[in-house]
Amino acid sequence: MPKDSGIGASSKRREDIRFLTGEGKYTDDINLRGQAHVFFLRSDIAHGTLDSVDTDAAAVMPGVVKIFTGADFEAVGSIPCGWQVTDKHGEVMQEPRHPVLAHGKVRHVGEPIAAVVAETLEQARDAAEAIVVNITDLPAVVNMKDAVKEGATKVHDDLTSNLCYDWGLVEENKDAVNKAFEDAAHVTTLELINNRLVANPMEPRVAVGDYARGTDEHTLYTTSQNPHVIRLLMGAFVLGIPEHKLRVVAPDVGGGFGTKIFHYQEEAFCTFAAKACNRAVKWTSSRSEAFMSDAHGRDHVTKIELALDKDNNFAAIRTDTYANMGAYLSTFAPSVPTWLHGILMAGNYKTPLIYVNVKAVFTNTVPVDAYRGAGRPEATYQLERLVDKAAHELGVDPIALRRQNFITEFPYATPVAVEYDTGDYHATMDKLEEMADRAGFETRRKESEAKGKLRGFGVNCYIEACGIAPSNLVGQLGARAGLYESATVRVNATGGLVVMTGSHSHGQGHETSFAQVVAEMIGIDENMVEIVHGDTARVPMGMGTYGSRSIAVGGSAMVRATEKIIAKAKKIASHLLEASESDIELKDGAFSVAGTDKSVAWGDVTLAAYVPHNYPLADIEPGLEETAFYDPSNFTYPSGAYACEVELDPETGQVTIERFSAADDFGNIINPMIVTGQVHGGVAQGIGQALLENCAYDADGQLLSASYMDYAMPRASDLPFYDVDHSCQTPCTHNPLGVKGCGEAGAIGSPPAVVNAVLDAMRSGGKDVAHIDMPVTPARVWAAMNG
Amino acid sequence: MTKVTMTVNGKAASGDVEGRTLLVEFLREDLGLTGTHVGCDTSQCGACVVHVDGEAVKACTIFAVEADGAQVATIEGQAAADGTLNTIQQAFQDHHGLQCGFCTPGMVMSAAALLKDNPKPTEAEVRHYLDGNICRCTGYHNIVKAILAASGQDVASIAAE
Repeated sequence: MPKDSGIGASSKRREDIRFLTGEGKYTDDINLRGQAHVFFLRSDIAHGTLDSVDTDAAAVMPGVVKIFTGADFEAVGSIPCGWQVTDKHGEVMQEPRHPVLAHGKVRHVGEPIAAVVAETLEQARDAAEAIVVNITDLPAVVNMKDAVKEGATKVHDDLTSNLCYDWGLVEENKDAVNKAFEDAAHVTTLELINNRLVANPMEPRVAVGDYARGTDEHTLYTTSQNPHVIRLLMGAFVLGIPEHKLRVVAPDVGGGFGTKIFHYQEEAFCTFAAKACNRAVKWTSSRSEAFMSDAHGRDHVTKIELALDKDNNFAAIRTDTYANMGAYLSTFAPSVPTWLHGILMAGNYKTPLIYVNVKAVFTNTVPVDAYRGAGRPEATYQLERLVDKAAHELGVDPIALRRQNFITEFPYATPVAVEYDTGDYHATMDKLEEMADRAGFETRRKESEAKGKLRGFGVNCYIEACGIAPSNLVGQLGARAGLYESATVRVNATGGLVVMTGSHSHGQGHETSFAQVVAEMIGIDENMVEIVHGDTARVPMGMGTYGSRSIAVGGSAMVRATEKIIAKAKKIASHLLEASESDIELKDGAFSVAGTDKSVAWGDVTLAAYVPHNYPLADIEPGLEETAFYDPSNFTYPSGAYACEVELDPETGQVTIERFSAADDFGNIINPMIVTGQVHGGVAQGIGQALLENCAYDADGQLLSASYMDYAMPRASDLPFYDVDHSCQTPCTHNPLGVKGCGEAGAIGSPPAVVNAVLDAMRSGGKDVAHIDMPVTPARVWAAMNG
Repeated sequence: MTKVTMTVNGKAASGDVEGRTLLVEFLREDLGLTGTHVGCDTSQCGACVVHVDGEAVKACTIFAVEADGAQVATIEGQAAADGTLNTIQQAFQDHHGLQCGFCTPGMVMSAAALLKDNPKPTEAEVRHYLDGNICRCTGYHNIVKAILAASGQDVASIAAE
């Protein structure tokens, strides 16, 4: 019987009411009295020397308040990078300066050159057209492999080359891995591209800077997944504003998917300009700007090899990846192809020897950083395409080959630096085979063939690593931040309580699911619990939401703080009940003395805490408010198996998704409805990557896909109903809720299943194609079928 | 500047606008009706769908002056006066048809227009109709399900939300 409240219940989302009635408060809905508007003049050239920026004519246009150029920011810090990778030789990565406004050179299409602040956005835009910019074109560096050739044009003149770092995991294993390949009975090799994507949350980025001269206080309203991180990076490294004078607010945020983690120039600009202009300054990104200024995702080029012994056991994996950093290092960019990618290369399999090499490369393109899954989709795609190819080459069933090599004993220390705590990969595969009705596939294939279509079945497994931690380890790996989470639980006198969480919800429904946890712990109605997030003035220092960390890390902090509340409340109850504290039990919102009918209600205890007339003042302080910071001892490791069935029209190359099944192990589940919705959205993004989406540049560094007319976003008619299950649950062993994280799994687990299904369909049509790159467009399929 | 007058959610509204002012800008900035959202600049995403004289219109595709004298309905006017959600809004909540909420006003307004013309649409008809509304969060599963449910059709056989 499903629960109707608390942990495990599909409680309806309370936040829906405001979103369904137009009362959501997004950053663009904020208009401050007297605010001015900024329009950024952006480079339309990928690479060139910025010879002059003449603002004289623009400055006298109607409504213009002030025009800024790179020269105005010479005394301001560089937009910082939050992760320093050490390369395979023990040297730190090359780290270029990243100016707020371009200075000296432009390095990608979309880089801001000048900023016009005016009374209205229209006036700012009109004035920007009157700015005269002289740029001398330089050869654009676009292709990664060309970029690292001897003598290539450098994106940054002060760096030694376009190579940010050359990283190996684990470098000491390299010789043993190579030896295993020499000894292998079979080697499968695959070269593939993980296509560049744009995250495209439906809400474009917005920043509103405000400054109170009377108190010297700055406020930034911004579309961020982690307002404290923005406050720290921008305050400490860019503008030199102490944190107690800088408030960052991220109100309702319309989706993030990673691209709203990062600290962007526009945030620093609006904060800086609000003081310089002595009035609020607002920037709202257009979608066209978003395409050329939001950090992009993926963009890896990889060669991966699998060595198998004579019994088809995996003996070794070797990879060689080029990862595009774009023109500058976005906040967490260096970590994505390394510590979020290399460590997942074991996947679900007991491969004893693995060596991962990654070369991170600067190009004249928009910076690339984390996008839903961030490194893990790239690892999964390589591995799961490779295993499928190996099965096909060996003439064995792809599921059987996977099962034969599954890790079955936990904890399991991989050869790529991490230890999986729990999992049951056979269980999720069993569930998947049942959901996907593989037995009925041949019948469905015949039905498709009767219509002149080809039908294919593809499967893949995935392993995910969520809630990156602990802080002391990630510090050793190069993180310039901690990765704990915070929560303050403030109980009111009348028993209701407010949780201030350092996590941030931008669609994940924390206001509902977090309340379910606290309500369950105390035994009170969910509606007595309010969740507050997204405001550095209200919430203790927190790291925000990304990497599927919210419930595993933020939820754990909230549990710890609530445990402190309960412990203190029990002391108060024991006083009120005149009983020993050790005899006090909390159940259904009441404290009772074990073995008696004596009890006191939750509300009586909370009232006593704030009206301490009958209260143990000699032993404990009045009040009921506790804070906890939680730093996990390990990542969590969700896993699963996904299956996709496609129909392919050989006449046109058009591929349609006919069935999609997802069997996930997320450990314990707080709200099944929300978890299922997270998988739906992730799968849709994965199918989008596999079939539709591609961020394209031409050889001159021009961005070819800079609007929804050119970048193929998945629409309702591109997608099916999904069959999603999370009944296989191996709870995480090291956090109090036994939860793992579900936000990215769908995007990580779906692309290989789609491509494997397409290749299966093509084979059934007599075309044995070893690989096809994403997006699997009709043109690519048709060419492969007819090539 | 040109004076425009229209009826928005049953109330008279007027203002002075530039010729280039879009209806969505007039609604958001002049009338403070920020429930209608702007998600793109090429009339693709549908976050700004409102009803103009009963027809679903992307409010970024028409100028405010073109709506002079029109009856305009926005997301703010969809619930009952006492705040009770209408059938479509309630179905979206019941079936988890929204996550970040940004595309939601446009989705609800498009769904209302669809169901007015086609009270019992098929799944394929719903998906086809929503081609002008992009959602990045839900994968559309629960949006389609919510709209089918709002039309009074049984959605129990569709995989869980």
